[in-house]
Amino acid sequence: MTQPFRLPGGDRIDRSQPLAFTFDGRAYEGYAGDTLASALIANGVHLVSRSFKYHRPRGIVGLGAEESNALLRIGTGDRAEPNMRATTVALTDGLVAQSQNRWPSLRFDLGQAADLLSRLLPAGFYYKTFMGPGDAWMVYEPYIRRAAGLGRPPDGADPDPYDKRHAHADVLIAGGGLAGLAAALAAGRRGERVILADEDITLGGAPFAGGEMVEGLPVADWIAGTAAKLSAMGNVRVLTRTTVVGTYDHGFAVLVESTERAGLRCRLWKVRARRLVLATGAIERPLVFPGNDRPGVMMASAALGYITRYAAAPGRRLAIVTNNDGAYRTAASLHDSGVAIAAVLDIRNDVDPAAQEAARQRAIPIHGGAVITRVDGRQRVTGLRWSAAGGGGRLACDGLCMSGGWIPTIHLHSQTRGTLRYDEAAHAFLPDRPIEGVRSVGACAGTFDAADAVAHGTAAGNDATPAAPLRRAAPAAPISVEQAFQGGGRKSFVDFQNDVTAADIRLAAREGYRSVEHLKRYTTLGMGTDQGKLGGLNGLSLLAAELGCAPSDVGTTTFRPPYTPVPFGALIGRDHGEGLQPSRYTALHDWHAAHGAVFNQAGSWVRPLFYRRDGESDLDAVNREVMAVRRNVGVIDVATLGKLDIQGPDAAELLDRLYTNSWKKLAVGRSRYGIMLREDGMVFDDGVTARLGEQHYLMSTTTGNAEAVVEHIELLLRTAWRGLRVFVTPVTEQWFAAALAGPNARRVLARVADGIDVTDKAMPHMSVRCGRVAGLTARVFRLSFSGELSYEINVPSADGPALWQRLLDAGRVDDLMVYGTESMGVLRIEKGHVVVGREADGRATPDDLGLAKLCATTKDYVGRRSLSLPALIEPGRKQLVGLVVERADDRLPVGAHVVAEGRAGPQESLGFITSQAYSPTLGRPIALALVKAGRDRMGQRLFATSPTASTSVAVMVSEPVFVDPEGKRLHA
Amino acid sequence: MLSIRCPVCGPRDEDEFVFGGDASAVRPADPMACDDQAWTAFLYRRDNPAGPHDELWFHRFGCRRWLRVRRDTRSHAIVAPPLLAEDAGAP
Amino acid sequence: MARGYSLAALLRHALSGHRDWPAAWRMPEPKASYDVIIIGGGGHGLATAYYLAKNHGITNVAVLEKGWIGGGNTARNTTIIRSNYQQDGNARFYEHSVKLWEGLSRDLNFNVMFSQRGMINLFHTTAERDSWVRRYNSMRLNGIDAAVLGTAEIAALVPDLDLSPHGRHPVLGGVIQRRAGVARHDAVAWGFGRAADQRGVDIIQNCAVTGIVREGGRVVGVETTRGRILARKVASCVAGNSSRIGEMAGLRLPIESHLLQAMVSEPVKPFLNVVLSSGAHRVYVSQTDKGEVLIGGRLDGYNSYSQRGSLPVIEEIAAGAAALLPRLKRLRLMRSWAGLVDMTMDGSAIISKTPVEGFYLNGGWCYGGFKATPASGWCFAHLIANDAPHPLAERHRLDRFTTGHTINERGAGPAPHLH
Repeated sequence: MTQPFRLPGGDRIDRSQPLAFTFDGRAYEGYAGDTLASALIANGVHLVSRSFKYHRPRGIVGLGAEESNALLRIGTGDRAEPNMRATTVALTDGLVAQSQNRWPSLRFDLGQAADLLSRLLPAGFYYKTFMGPGDAWMVYEPYIRRAAGLGRPPDGADPDPYDKRHAHADVLIAGGGLAGLAAALAAGRRGERVILADEDITLGGAPFAGGEMVEGLPVADWIAGTAAKLSAMGNVRVLTRTTVVGTYDHGFAVLVESTERAGLRCRLWKVRARRLVLATGAIERPLVFPGNDRPGVMMASAALGYITRYAAAPGRRLAIVTNNDGAYRTAASLHDSGVAIAAVLDIRNDVDPAAQEAARQRAIPIHGGAVITRVDGRQRVTGLRWSAAGGGGRLACDGLCMSGGWIPTIHLHSQTRGTLRYDEAAHAFLPDRPIEGVRSVGACAGTFDAADAVAHGTAAGNDATPAAPLRRAAPAAPISVEQAFQGGGRKSFVDFQNDVTAADIRLAAREGYRSVEHLKRYTTLGMGTDQGKLGGLNGLSLLAAELGCAPSDVGTTTFRPPYTPVPFGALIGRDHGEGLQPSRYTALHDWHAAHGAVFNQAGSWVRPLFYRRDGESDLDAVNREVMAVRRNVGVIDVATLGKLDIQGPDAAELLDRLYTNSWKKLAVGRSRYGIMLREDGMVFDDGVTARLGEQHYLMSTTTGNAEAVVEHIELLLRTAWRGLRVFVTPVTEQWFAAALAGPNARRVLARVADGIDVTDKAMPHMSVRCGRVAGLTARVFRLSFSGELSYEINVPSADGPALWQRLLDAGRVDDLMVYGTESMGVLRIEKGHVVVGREADGRATPDDLGLAKLCATTKDYVGRRSLSLPALIEPGRKQLVGLVVERADDRLPVGAHVVAEGRAGPQESLGFITSQAYSPTLGRPIALALVKAGRDRMGQRLFATSPTASTSVAVMVSEPVFVDPEGKRLHA
Repeated sequence: MLSIRCPVCGPRDEDEFVFGGDASAVRPADPMACDDQAWTAFLYRRDNPAGPHDELWFHRFGCRRWLRVRRDTRSHAIVAPPLLAEDAGAP
Repeated sequence: MARGYSLAALLRHALSGHRDWPAAWRMPEPKASYDVIIIGGGGHGLATAYYLAKNHGITNVAVLEKGWIGGGNTARNTTIIRSNYQQDGNARFYEHSVKLWEGLSRDLNFNVMFSQRGMINLFHTTAERDSWVRRYNSMRLNGIDAAVLGTAEIAALVPDLDLSPHGRHPVLGGVIQRRAGVARHDAVAWGFGRAADQRGVDIIQNCAVTGIVREGGRVVGVETTRGRILARKVASCVAGNSSRIGEMAGLRLPIESHLLQAMVSEPVKPFLNVVLSSGAHRVYVSQTDKGEVLIGGRLDGYNSYSQRGSLPVIEEIAAGAAALLPRLKRLRLMRSWAGLVDMTMDGSAIISKTPVEGFYLNGGWCYGGFKATPASGWCFAHLIANDAPHPLAERHRLDRFTTGHTINERGAGPAPHLH
């Protein structure tokens, strides 16, 4: 017989749509509308998991997000997902569910040896042992790790798509129960933009015991009517299966919508709302007694929900254990739906007979002052034993419902930094002072009565406080310490998932772990996937009892986002693959790719390192490109260099203050190299700035600092240097740039330079001309990074490909060689040009880099004052030097340090290589290095060593210029 | 996620901005007149208040202007309307 | 050792139902005066107290904690222990710390679960490679274990790592410090606290310092929420709040308080057996003994005392971690939190005397406080006892921010949020 525990009725299931699923390989059937949990219950399956520490058999305990036991692996292959709460998984046809954390099987789990040894494994046992001998922990840890954990991780990369969406709202309402619905209706009627989010599939909130009326309607009718009104309002967006998981600053909230659709699994909503209404309800509170973790022990509200929503009976004969009046109404409802009630066991002696009336009418046995002493049935409840002053006994039942009062869901209120107070009537924490713009309504604020919840929600929807005072919570007794600590409390579970018992809490208190945070961390209370939703309040109540103080004195742990676990996929959205930290490409990228470019990521830019031809090694290709520039002519795409357009009467004054050297005498049509410092005196950036007009300059920056330099200058202009009349405009993207370099560069350029006289006389080194090149509006800068005669040609970005092609055409007769950044790097190392990020590593002063001559002494500039701090002028600083490898066929290892001795083992590092290359010009490897007192070491024989590569290479210290130290070539 | 009301662009999420640090650390008018103590006080020492903090934010993915924002470092509440840095009175 | 922890003791106490375990530490009332008052009962403060007692015989010491011990950054970090530093002053200090970690459980008789599972830093570009290999070479020159790994070796150690050439930042290789690892963060505070207590140190919880009492420029005690307590020497170990205590002593420090977030996934069976880090993705990933994947990242980036992080960093960290370990994408984020860190102007810590006689400062730990805990306590205790810096920490002076002798691992400018 299938679904032996399915009753008639059930307002959420569709019996016309049966669905097949498997659990641990066994086939079952459920209905559309079921959750996995309700379908399992309908099939009489209660044992669904093993606990974390003791591997005790566990069943479904809750109805929704609070579930701490029924964590299953859902799906297969790449889509397998561990630790899914069966209570929130919508049943689908063909669903595959597996139990976790057991071996070889759920029913027979060898891990339960831990349960037998539980006497040896109290809270924090691992702090007291595994300390020796030797590296004992490294021996034990793998075993402990294997025993811990819950499910297996997914098998592979998640193939499903996720998305994110931004939204703005006047009111965001978390929770679609009575209070939330009422708030949405009221706010919607005011014309406000409303978002109502509820984690459940269907609006309405917690299950009701029946008989309650709102605004003259049965609760279910009122819910249906209100939901219909909301869906008709264009200004109200209702999101079901959507959990408000976190609230952040300034009205920002994060929602996770489980769409479970093909093409979109899950969507992260980022909502900015003016007001936040929290109608998050309450979670029924478990009771703590020996055996309260047996499969078949369930929250009473969950049992009611399974029956009323899904017609899934958690048992045929249920016992109810309680400390509050509400349980009697639940008992009556359960009874009316066809389940036998073995008894209601009330921990209290004095109960208002009126509260019990409904149960008495149905002849349900009631035992007052009753304490449960044990629960029978290891893998499924078979009965229980109880005692009371006047007797006690055994009760046969196949399910046990716990009704311990309610725990208001104050997580979001607390996340917003609202304060909490302990309510002596509800025996729970309630919101106290909210922050501005946040209101808690309904059960999460302690308003449990249905009509009151609606009034409360309506008021909040109207951004008002309720007109009439709200009724207090239905009275419940505090947690029974006596019941919890029977037998020392070793089998009375407080946190089901992590196997924290009442005994553990007593031990923690005795050992001094008395703050609630210590308790949590020492016992792992509330550290499970439910984050203490069920057990947290009981734990701190028992701690308070142990310490003889009030729960309010113990306080709560901090509520941290997320409220329920969030798939990483939802947080990632589309930020994966190429969508992660998107790259920038120059206008010529496609051309490069089509011509053999080997690319490299340089910051956000993708640039060609070199262009490989058939049969070439990387080094061959670079050597070919380098030698072409040294002997003939090459061209490179340098569009990524930062460019700032600087205009205004005080432009020269600005440059004077930014750069270490002087700028006021630079003539129009000329350019100059400059270095900028940070205020702490370290080299920050460098580049050539050209004077295009009387009040017009074009500054170039390094590729990586293009943005940082703009922000640096802007900040100074807007704060300390407000008086300067100058505008600075970043124009990097507006210009494409190509550099022609090599002895024959002029010849190539002359062919395309329309009306620009590029002779050395007319256009000497460090000059600039505006005009036309190859028919395009262009700026031509004569400058050099390679040490060769060189021109940089800028044209508007859109003209970049045309310029490039026309240069190639013009250079064809000269065998113009395209070269990449790796080759450019070799050329500049040979020439000894420093690079920001390499030689200028953020710890180097101008003098360290041999650039003191660029530092003016007659003016202030950024960083100048720091250059005279004691540490910046003391001897022994690392200074830039060249290194030439002694034996031409030695190769320098990467990441090498410079040391005095060519031996293995520790020794003092004198410095390190900052850049290195094989120099085809010199026919051997060379390097730039920062070496302690390097300038005093010229001619010394040192070693470049890489201990991680077991390599040491003899090098000679030289001036950091290897080619054309006199600079004849650039002035050619 | 902070919402910063840019005087140019209106309220925008914090991820459009870049933090620029304590706005009260203003470059001395004549650094060379400072002794090491005074100069490094500007360079390195901060009040780091637990409470209202005047700070600079650059609207990198917006108008690219520097703002001066007074924000409470305990609550993250922005306690005065942000101004463009150049409008924020004497630094 | 009647109060000792051991397997035998565990067995013995099992017989009595664990009803007779002694308290891990006393809960004394504060005395009127002490030789040394340590402000801050986190790992560093408690370690300082322990080593003052153990190494220097100074036991008339109180640790004043405003909340509960180990409740600040000790409770909020990513638990990574490593000594992969390059700059003079940092490398040998952190290596001393790793060495202390290696014997710490037995020294304290409290299992801090130091798991030397190794830490791999991945590099994705040649520029990153050069700088990582240079750093690891400098470790070797300092006598610290370090090695460079190719992708095949990395694949063997981290089978789940995405080593395909197609990702946004393909992995080029990595460096490993095999002696690096993780430890149980809470246990560090508890272990040092218990051991210090056993040597006579008073741990006074729920005692917030509200003022530093000075006479003639010299510290003579502190005002607290439990009254005035006198001491010849007052030592601050309150990273995250150093500026506040500094202000009480009349000091303006080179420190800002910033948020650093971390998060854990739901617990799953072990699949990551090393600590993994990537600069390009700006994440640290490890798996706890409970099975949670623990991920840390960069600062939120603006001054804060709120211990309440922002979403963009969480999104960025998640994306970075999943780019490395694609299986993460279908796991779920279970809990996120933010620590409040002292960020200094050069990114390195301060263990120092101050211009105020009798007031000592331990702070500015930036991202690196947890791993430093034992060495920090060791060196700070030495400084307090001898009024002279320990040789391993002599560069961590406060006055380096006047002389320019900064210790700048990252080479970033004088702005805390850049380090």
